[in-house]
Amino acid sequence: MGIRLNVNGVVHDLDVEPDAPLLWVIRDELNLTGTKFGCGVAACGACTVHVNGKATRSCVVPVGSVAGAQITTIEGLGAGAPTAVQQAWIEHQVPQCGYCQSGMIMAVSALLATNPAPTDDQLAAAITNICRCGTFPRIRAAVRDLAARKASGGAR
Amino acid sequence: MNRRKFLIGGATAAGALIVGYAFWPSRRLARADQLAAKSGERFVASWIKLANDGTITVVVPHCDMGTGIFTALSQMAADELDADWDKVRAETAPADPLFANGPLAEGFALEQVNIRGDSIPGFLRGGATGSLRVLAEYLDVQTTGGSSAVRFTGVYGMRVAGAAVREMLVKAAAAQMNAPAGEFRTEMSRVIHVPTGKSFGYGELAAAAAEYAPSARPKLKSASEFRFIGRPVPRLDIPAKVNGSTHYGIDTQFPDMYYAAIRISPVFGGKLVSLDEAPIARSRGVKKVVRFDDAVVVVADRLWRARNAVEVLQPVFNNAGNENISSKTIRDAQLAALNDGKIKKDLTTGVGAEALKNGKLVERLYNVPYLAHAPMEPPNATALYKKDGTLEVWSGTQDGLGSRAFCAKAAGLSLDKVTFHLLPSGGGFGRRLPGFWNFLTYAVKTAMAVPGVPVKLVFTREQEMQHDFYRPNVTSRFKAVVNHDGMPEAWVNDYTTDEDPNPEAHIFYAVPNQAYGTAKVAAYVPTGPWRSVEASWHGFFIESFIDELAHEAKKDPLEFRRELLQEKPRHLATLNLAAEKAGWGTPLPAGRGRGIAIFECFGTIVVHVAEVEVSDAGAVKVHRFTSAADCGTAVNPDGFRAQVESAVIFGLSAALYGEITIEHGAVEQQNFTDYEVVRLADTPEIEVHIHESDAPLGGAGEPGIPPVAPAVVNAIFAATEVRIRELPVKNQPLAVSARRG
Repeated sequence: MGIRLNVNGVVHDLDVEPDAPLLWVIRDELNLTGTKFGCGVAACGACTVHVNGKATRSCVVPVGSVAGAQITTIEGLGAGAPTAVQQAWIEHQVPQCGYCQSGMIMAVSALLATNPAPTDDQLAAAITNICRCGTFPRIRAAVRDLAARKASGGAR
Repeated sequence: MNRRKFLIGGATAAGALIVGYAFWPSRRLARADQLAAKSGERFVASWIKLANDGTITVVVPHCDMGTGIFTALSQMAADELDADWDKVRAETAPADPLFANGPLAEGFALEQVNIRGDSIPGFLRGGATGSLRVLAEYLDVQTTGGSSAVRFTGVYGMRVAGAAVREMLVKAAAAQMNAPAGEFRTEMSRVIHVPTGKSFGYGELAAAAAEYAPSARPKLKSASEFRFIGRPVPRLDIPAKVNGSTHYGIDTQFPDMYYAAIRISPVFGGKLVSLDEAPIARSRGVKKVVRFDDAVVVVADRLWRARNAVEVLQPVFNNAGNENISSKTIRDAQLAALNDGKIKKDLTTGVGAEALKNGKLVERLYNVPYLAHAPMEPPNATALYKKDGTLEVWSGTQDGLGSRAFCAKAAGLSLDKVTFHLLPSGGGFGRRLPGFWNFLTYAVKTAMAVPGVPVKLVFTREQEMQHDFYRPNVTSRFKAVVNHDGMPEAWVNDYTTDEDPNPEAHIFYAVPNQAYGTAKVAAYVPTGPWRSVEASWHGFFIESFIDELAHEAKKDPLEFRRELLQEKPRHLATLNLAAEKAGWGTPLPAGRGRGIAIFECFGTIVVHVAEVEVSDAGAVKVHRFTSAADCGTAVNPDGFRAQVESAVIFGLSAALYGEITIEHGAVEQQNFTDYEVVRLADTPEIEVHIHESDAPLGGAGEPGIPPVAPAVVNAIFAATEVRIRELPVKNQPLAVSARRG
């Protein structure tokens, strides 16, 4: 029967097959298009969302497996105002085409929630998302900046 | 000139000749208002709208594929306008002939003419520049490619339009005060009467200013007066790109729309022979199966249902006799063409190949593979064929107007029956240029099979990896003769091609005798322009061979290049800047080497110094890139640096991993799992230094690419004494046990 899905704090009862990929349910059933399709095989991370706070590549997640979970997409990040990560992305002028950045920001936000000051190696190990425009140097600079602010006790 | 060359350029801009700009008569402005002005705003001149509240909108005849041109072009217009930056917006021009990009056509025309050394031909020169705009319309030009936006649209279009609008605003204020125009100055979107201090906001004057005819030759600022040009202005598009609200082509959504998934013949040229639709006849949501000559499309009410259904189908395609084509047969054909003596001569300088007879001969052969563009947003288009026989299409391409004409042709409709909505692209890199729009063809024809319902066709990554228009696989052979001092006296370069000779092969080094030739190889794999086009391979070939000559001469590779660039002050200065910032010649830890490479294309010189470590086991780690570039003036220095950083990463993906291979007539790679690209873990520290010069504005998006791969292989040679002559690097055994002395 139907699947109950909690996305960005809103509960939806959906008539979809349990094996439908979460990505396409988010995009085409809920019309939340900020989450992107890049590869369909969890290789690029463009479709990253949070499932119970954990960065998850939604293109390979059957929607039936996350019924009842708290799902957050880029549209649900922060409470109306840009988060510290989004602000750092603007300050460092990170995006180019911008297509991968929803997934990138979701992945980095989940990492920083558990490790607020990652080393470069920890960052590279955790963030394996692909950006074909090559914004990686600026992503690294933005995260270093966020980590340094955290280390110096700065406000977020 | 052939049309492709004309559209995407690729040679060195030789002139900064501003020949004016075609302004629109009032009936054109009225039509522009109809097409693209909201209530309370109007077009005052081409590309610029002014609103009653003072908002200035720069209407850009390009696509946003990530390079920051909407901001750079707005900076150029706003500077001449003396605008308040907070009131400046940018939007995409409608895909209408009215908004054909005359300045772009003009820039390319001048570029083509200049490299031929001819004067401007009459058909381009006539009637000031009006005929160039007509030419742009004829060619449906709204192309974004050839690193052209800033250097052509910006120089010939936006600055001139901005300056003309400023003059119109001054005239309007002068009329209101009944004072001479000379008594007014402009600042922060206000016209100020100097003697009295009375001032008017641009919004107040907008309606009156629009009544004047724009001057075709307004007074332009000198560089010392610039307020926005040359400043790192934050990009206008970035806030919407960090919260998911930018709508790309793939985000086109309508209630009750359909979605379509495609399966194309895996073998190039293969045709659909038979198809049994029974297995999906009862699949949920499936609406229609559309058969093409070479493909099958399933239309459903959801994309995943369409995709699942198309994967269930077992269409039978024939192989069109191509099943035995492989990377090996293609390579064999290239070598045969280079060796069969049928080289078609291109440029010769001095005595050309005759000079090979005297001195020590150095001969080398290089190869680059096919490459996919792999933009993050897979090609897609949404199309609606209405019951009244009109067609509406939404997509991200590198030419809105061209796409509209293309869709009209695919549908068999006249242009006025077709609307095309150009949306931002999740990366382009050449994939979405005119001529490579297989996704538009399939989408339009699918929509016509389900009239009245919008249908979005999306390539899966696998379909895109297998049906791209690839960067060509090219083999290049060099022969040089060096004198007693090790310096080249003769330089002979023959390379394979499936079309015209490439000016990008011609070196800027002082070698007295040069000869170039091409060996024609039949095309089988569909190819197309890939970020920096021909320069992407000749940069690797030339800068690898010059490095080999330096080592043959037992000279430092930097010093060797300097000796050959004594007559090229810009090249020399850029080379020296990169070398100095990289600490060229200072000691490195064991296992590391530095490599340098320089290339010029699209009017910009870029030098990279790569610092690379090769482990005893053969693992390659690129630690650092130190880059220097001369693009004349960087309109937005931070944006320019971002483009060079981007080129380093994109170029590294190609140099280290990039390879599309053919087996049994089909592409072997499927997805990012077997078409590996650089990620954060592979990202070196990158420093970009700008060398300012008085040269005409150069391009930004592409010129950083060509010197990336040679800098890396030259650094690997410095670290290991192993010379890599075939890309990608990953295929070359570099473990100590595999190295030969």
